[in-house]
Amino acid sequence: MSATPVLALRGVSKRFGAVQALTDVELEVHAGEVVALVGDNGAGKSTLVKTIAGVHPIDEGAIEWGGKPVSISRPHDAQALGIATVYQDLALCDNIDVVGNLFLGRELQKFGVLDEVEMERRARELLTTLSIRIPSVRIPIASLSGGQRQTVAIARSMLGDPKLVILDEPTAALGVEQTAQVLDLVERLRERGHAVILISHNMADVKAVADKVAVLRLGRNNGVFEVKTTSQEEIISAITGATDNAVTRRAARTNGEVSK
Amino acid sequence: MSVDKTSANVDKTPEPGKHTPVVNPEAASAAVTAVDPRLLVREQGLLGYWTEFKRKMKAGELGSLPVILGLAIICIIFQVLNSEFLSAQNISNITVTMVGTGMISVGIVFVLLLGEIDLSVGSVSGAASALAAVLTVNQGWPEWLAVLVAIAAGAAIGALHGFFFAVLGAPAFAVTLAGLLFWLGFMLKVLGEDGTINLDSDGLIGKLTTYTFTDLAAAYGLAAVVVVLFFVSSFLGNRRREAAGVPSRPLSDTVLRTVLLAVVSFAAAYMYNQYKGLPLATVIFLAFLVGTDFLLRRTSYGRKIFALGGSVEASRRAGINVTAVRISVFGISGGFAAIGGLFLASKIASANQSAGTGDLLMNAIAAAVIGGTSLFGGRGRTWNALLGVLVIVSIQYGLQLESIAEPVKYMITAAVLLTTVVIDSVTRKTQKTAGRA
Repeated sequence: MSATPVLALRGVSKRFGAVQALTDVELEVHAGEVVALVGDNGAGKSTLVKTIAGVHPIDEGAIEWGGKPVSISRPHDAQALGIATVYQDLALCDNIDVVGNLFLGRELQKFGVLDEVEMERRARELLTTLSIRIPSVRIPIASLSGGQRQTVAIARSMLGDPKLVILDEPTAALGVEQTAQVLDLVERLRERGHAVILISHNMADVKAVADKVAVLRLGRNNGVFEVKTTSQEEIISAITGATDNAVTRRAARTNGEVSK
Repeated sequence: MSVDKTSANVDKTPEPGKHTPVVNPEAASAAVTAVDPRLLVREQGLLGYWTEFKRKMKAGELGSLPVILGLAIICIIFQVLNSEFLSAQNISNITVTMVGTGMISVGIVFVLLLGEIDLSVGSVSGAASALAAVLTVNQGWPEWLAVLVAIAAGAAIGALHGFFFAVLGAPAFAVTLAGLLFWLGFMLKVLGEDGTINLDSDGLIGKLTTYTFTDLAAAYGLAAVVVVLFFVSSFLGNRRREAAGVPSRPLSDTVLRTVLLAVVSFAAAYMYNQYKGLPLATVIFLAFLVGTDFLLRRTSYGRKIFALGGSVEASRRAGINVTAVRISVFGISGGFAAIGGLFLASKIASANQSAGTGDLLMNAIAAAVIGGTSLFGGRGRTWNALLGVLVIVSIQYGLQLESIAEPVKYMITAAVLLTTVVIDSVTRKTQKTAGRA
């Protein structure tokens, strides 16, 4: 792991009218590292991701890219730096085939005509290196399963060879098998040296693939944990802000019922 | 005709060992060794076509099949009623008459691909023909210049509608409804008191629908050129695919398609030569169809139109300039409306107050839908306009031969349109369950 983080947020704050969405947030992501960003609904995860992706420019603080301060005020700035974001709603066109979706907005052309052969070749190559298995690259997205669509959306973000990939709840709507496929893919991104920020509500997923867990609570940092040395309970208490909360009470109650 | 080429040429096994080297050989070998077992691979040869065809029918991927079947039924019924229907003269007249409405319908296909509607095309076509007539006859401009100005005006009018829709966010339905009224008024004002301007039937606009290439070689030559071009481009395309190691069609496949195309084009050429020869209008229409089909399916601009019809949000995030594409598509629709208007004016050798009114707008939209363009955006080809307008004009001519009155004509056309929309809705349901919608 390199000494300089790929991306570092220093004291980032963001306000929306009367709401202080983020306050003095710090975050570091290194190359070849998966950082899980967790927190309850309204904790500021999505806002934080959107500041990095350039959707909402920050009000205070600094963003450092490879150790140098940068300003990200538009989505285009983030893309130019090498930040790729896969949003929860995937943003794929159902009526266009896999190759078309992968290259949407950056089609390869030859004399002003789409170079379908080269696009198909590169699409197959990309899907092969990521070990993504879909029936055919020439069927419309509509005929793929939810997990396959998610992998196509992630593969699409890889085309520009980004340094940092942000995944917003990639497993939220997926079944067991498809979740495993997406998690495999996240690991492959790490192996290839990409930095990954993974937003997830699912603790099992976080424990399975993340190296570090950054917890947000009410728009503030509430601890960064090494996944290997931290228990799930510790993370949950950091998310909810207390050891006594609905989750632990429920756990205690069900344990009590079992012992009866 | 419009067989779904993309799905036809992908349902093939990739040849093992023909792949380009990849970074991660372990993962690569795992993915390449076998084709996904869930994928239905088409077998080679004619039997493969048959099984593939049966599967598509079950999955509701009817494509242009209903309209081709419908066309065949229409031909058989009218031929039985009157043996004149399939005469060279009648077919030749049908294919010339359909060009005006067909051109307008091509523009409608573009707008429908966005999932929008343009109700102004009838009025815009009338306004453009009136403008061209006033400029040539009253102002004494050369005809070619008047034609260019009329088409440019149509495109500008369409782009103006597009501006209200794309930039100001007004619903396209309402904007183009306003356009329908405004440009109708504009046309009546331009035509002035007497309301009819006769065009020189030997002039450029007049010749659009009357000129025919009487030389026998013209029709056969065009057919031969089309067939050779088709074969060479498919053959070279397949060679490139093979060289790049992506799935390609076998040679027998290309030959079969070429033979089918050759039969259709030489039959058409023979038919035209039985009457007056190859009509100029038909040649222009075919050229526009080939051109727009190329634009939609082979250029990045066309890909953007399909993307917008699929998901506006996805297109915006992919960096597509949504506003510009929308305005340009409405501009294309207006431009084709103007071209159609010129052909319609040529047919009656005048611009009059009834131009662009009546059932023209509805026929143009119906033609696109009957041909198989989806009303919900993202699915369709400009060839759909040809098939649809062939159906509509064939019915008109057939009923005319039988001397059946106007009211019945409307009712029959309505029944055909309703049938098509019902088929579209039912197959859409089937496609949903088969995961193709």
